[in-house]
Amino acid sequence: MTAVQTRIPVADAPAEPNRLRRGLPRIVAVAVVLVLAAAPLFLAPFATTTLTRIVVFALFAVSLDLLVGITGLPSLGHAAYFGAGAYAAGWVSINVTAEAPVPLLVGAATGAVAAALTGWITVRTGGVFFLMLTLAIGETVQQLANTWEDATGGANGLTGVPSVRLAGEPLVNAGYLYWYVLAIGVVGFALVWLVARSPWGAALRGIRDNEPRMRALGYPTAVYKYAVFVLAGSVAGVAGSLLVAQQRLVTPADLSFLTSSFALLAVVIGGAGSLWGACLGAAVVVLVRETLGASLDGHGPLVLGLVFVLVVYLLPRGAAGLRWPRRDKGRST
Amino acid sequence: MLVSVLNGFAIGFLLFILAVGLSLVFGMMDVLNLAHGALFLGGAYLGAALAGSWGGFLAALAVAAVAGLAAGALLSLMTEPLRNRSHLDQALLTLGVAFVAAEALIIVFGDDPLSVPAPPGLDGSVTVLGATYPTYRLVLIGVGAVLAIVVHVVVERTRIGALVRATVADREMVAALGVDNRLVKVVVFGVGSLLATTAGVLGGPIYGARPGLDATVLILALVVVVIGGLGSVRGALLGALIIGQVDTLGRLLLPELASFVLFAALALVLVLRPQGILGGAGARAR
Amino acid sequence: MALRSTGLRRSFGALAAVDGVDLAVAPGARHALIGPNGAGKSTLFKLVTGTMRADAGTVELGDRDVTGLSEVARCRLGMSQTMQHASLFGSMTATETVALAVQRHDGSRITPWPRRQRAVRERAEELLAGVGLAGRGSTPVPSLSHGERKQLEVAVALACKPSLLLLDEPAAGMSAAERARLVEVLAELPADITLLIVEHDLDLVFSVADAVTVLHLGRVLLSGTPDEVRASEDVREAYLGAKRREELFLG
Ligand SMILES: Nc1ncnc2c1ncn2[C@@H]1O[C@H](COP(=O)(O)OP(=O)(O)OP(=O)(O)O)[C@@H](O)[C@H]1O
Ligand SMILES: [Mg+2]
Repeated sequence: MTAVQTRIPVADAPAEPNRLRRGLPRIVAVAVVLVLAAAPLFLAPFATTTLTRIVVFALFAVSLDLLVGITGLPSLGHAAYFGAGAYAAGWVSINVTAEAPVPLLVGAATGAVAAALTGWITVRTGGVFFLMLTLAIGETVQQLANTWEDATGGANGLTGVPSVRLAGEPLVNAGYLYWYVLAIGVVGFALVWLVARSPWGAALRGIRDNEPRMRALGYPTAVYKYAVFVLAGSVAGVAGSLLVAQQRLVTPADLSFLTSSFALLAVVIGGAGSLWGACLGAAVVVLVRETLGASLDGHGPLVLGLVFVLVVYLLPRGAAGLRWPRRDKGRST
Repeated sequence: MLVSVLNGFAIGFLLFILAVGLSLVFGMMDVLNLAHGALFLGGAYLGAALAGSWGGFLAALAVAAVAGLAAGALLSLMTEPLRNRSHLDQALLTLGVAFVAAEALIIVFGDDPLSVPAPPGLDGSVTVLGATYPTYRLVLIGVGAVLAIVVHVVVERTRIGALVRATVADREMVAALGVDNRLVKVVVFGVGSLLATTAGVLGGPIYGARPGLDATVLILALVVVVIGGLGSVRGALLGALIIGQVDTLGRLLLPELASFVLFAALALVLVLRPQGILGGAGARAR
Repeated sequence: MALRSTGLRRSFGALAAVDGVDLAVAPGARHALIGPNGAGKSTLFKLVTGTMRADAGTVELGDRDVTGLSEVARCRLGMSQTMQHASLFGSMTATETVALAVQRHDGSRITPWPRRQRAVRERAEELLAGVGLAGRGSTPVPSLSHGERKQLEVAVALACKPSLLLLDEPAAGMSAAERARLVEVLAELPADITLLIVEHDLDLVFSVADAVTVLHLGRVLLSGTPDEVRASEDVREAYLGAKRREELFLG
């Protein structure tokens, strides 16, 4: 009898490592954010700028991962919304105001509207049709950026974008700019992360795994897909507004197929569906592009192509898949 | 106006030759080959390098055919291990190949746009119903029509064509019947790629050869395939002719918005007939 | 009637898989649908639930014509089905799978921000325990055995709070013990749930059903009480005929 009673605390014991395991990611997340926030204090301005670029690209990649990894919508044209947000934020900075939340909100709204206009066609389709349509949309939007010179500056791009202003002060210093970008980036990441962990996010994963079954369970899957498509477009638009804050320039290359592919590469390297993986992937992509960029003299796509081929064969589940043994036998697509 | 209609036909037949391979490869193997545009570009550069005389033009065609066949067979073998993976993985692989191929072409041929001369005798123009029109394009319409008929007859009337059609209609069923269609897949992939490189050589005098052309024609081919219905030869022909007309008319009337006209056509078809104009229910993914 | 179909028809090419089926299921009935392989039972189910569009005919749920409604709307009105070939979510655990169905149907809000859904989880585990999957909740679906997946299918279908429950061969692939558990679950179903079940195991059918419809070559061969069906020459013929043909193929 007593033996049984003394066992009761023992039965409780597994909760301890459990709580630890649940707490650990939180601690790591806080530590990472702190390190990132402190980085400019130790880094040269050039390195800070690179880090800024990484954060911008990571937020873009996370928005794509919400589509590709969480919902199973493989977009090949996501840069359209990134670029649309960047152009709109740049345009409003030049012509109206560069005061802080404005370019950001304009970028978000533009990304959302662009996604809302195109999404109602794309989400009706699935699988390979979705790939084709998003690819076609991406190319169309890029051509629009090239030809609509009055608003976009055509092939030269939108130049002369002023610095973002925070409470009237322009953020010229690389460190301040970095903090601005980091703050928005962290908020954006947290937003996507919360959505992914919500009951709604569970439904998105259900759609990824087996859309017909979700419909049979009474989920109007098209509505869910449309909403997440618009949300992803909006987050991409925010990332675009950060891009223009950092580059002070937008060119059609920023919404090209190549940019979409880089983001997809980041998602795939990191392991689709794990949002932090997309951030790591984005860091790798930006670093490789910056360090190899000069030595390759413009032949980045060659490396990109080779990496794609290698990742598909060698890392079918990305970096996030390296740690855990395979659990499921592939998604049904 | 007449010139525009003729241009539409020339481009339409060219697009058919390009797109039919993409359509059949998708229909048979469920693989979206994003390297298809790079194959076209390869053909165009071959034309730029060799054309100028009849001998050179024909040599370019022959080399393109052999190279296309080999590239297609290679792609088929590369995608085989990914048979049970997601569409995204297959798309990423072919996308990677497309990037590598396009960059390799740029490294070899430089990144300036090259123009491709039509073969001697076809580089002039003739008068058609009072309008002058480039001879080469007129010939291209004829050649394209002949090729279209040949492909159609092969797919609709021969035994291998029947197997191709059966596989498009019901992949599992054909596999369950115990037909080993791996060879057929390699052949279809090879021939589809051959048609793409050939289209590149034939289209050279119209489009030239330049970086980025691969993406442009890939999009056109995708639009054709979606509009016509995946895996359908007749659909690809119809889609190609429609897109040829829409694209040239759009460029004529709304040059700024030409790409939007294309997209609008695509959206219209997808909303009204999601399986494509001639696609059966079975040709739809899932 | 809880469910009534009139003139339901669906062809695949030249094959009329469902060929003008009139079916009436009384409220609270335990109605079985039987017939040889390829009779069109699964297709009929899909037409009823709206998973597949009918070429012709109407479907009424209660006194409401649902022919024009989507599968999603029909599910919201109380139709719930299991699939013949278990088709679930490859990246989820058993509890997560059932919770997905519960949260949609128990009136809890599906928010785009995280919230603790204790009621949903508890209901899910309760349903799992009910079908015999107690303690298996945290197992990933791909690690469940075939029979367990079929049990999970039943739990998911029940989570949708159905007024009309359609089970397509729920016992196929189950062990004897799992099968016995299923019979218990079906016996314990609340009386206000109408059950329409497709099953090849005739012992199971006759132990639960109070009405039977026999489908053959896409048409209703006979509809009646279990005793009438057992006694029917036509039914024996249909089944035996099918047997003989099978023997022909095998021989
Ligand atoms: N999607 C489809 N495409 C073509 N034919 C189909 C399709 N679904 C079913 N069929 C055919 O329709 C007929 C009826 O099929 P169904 O699955 O409804 O039979 P069933 O009575 O459920 O058989 P079983 O007892 O084997 O499950 C079969 O001949 C089948 O081959
Ligand atoms: Mg069945």
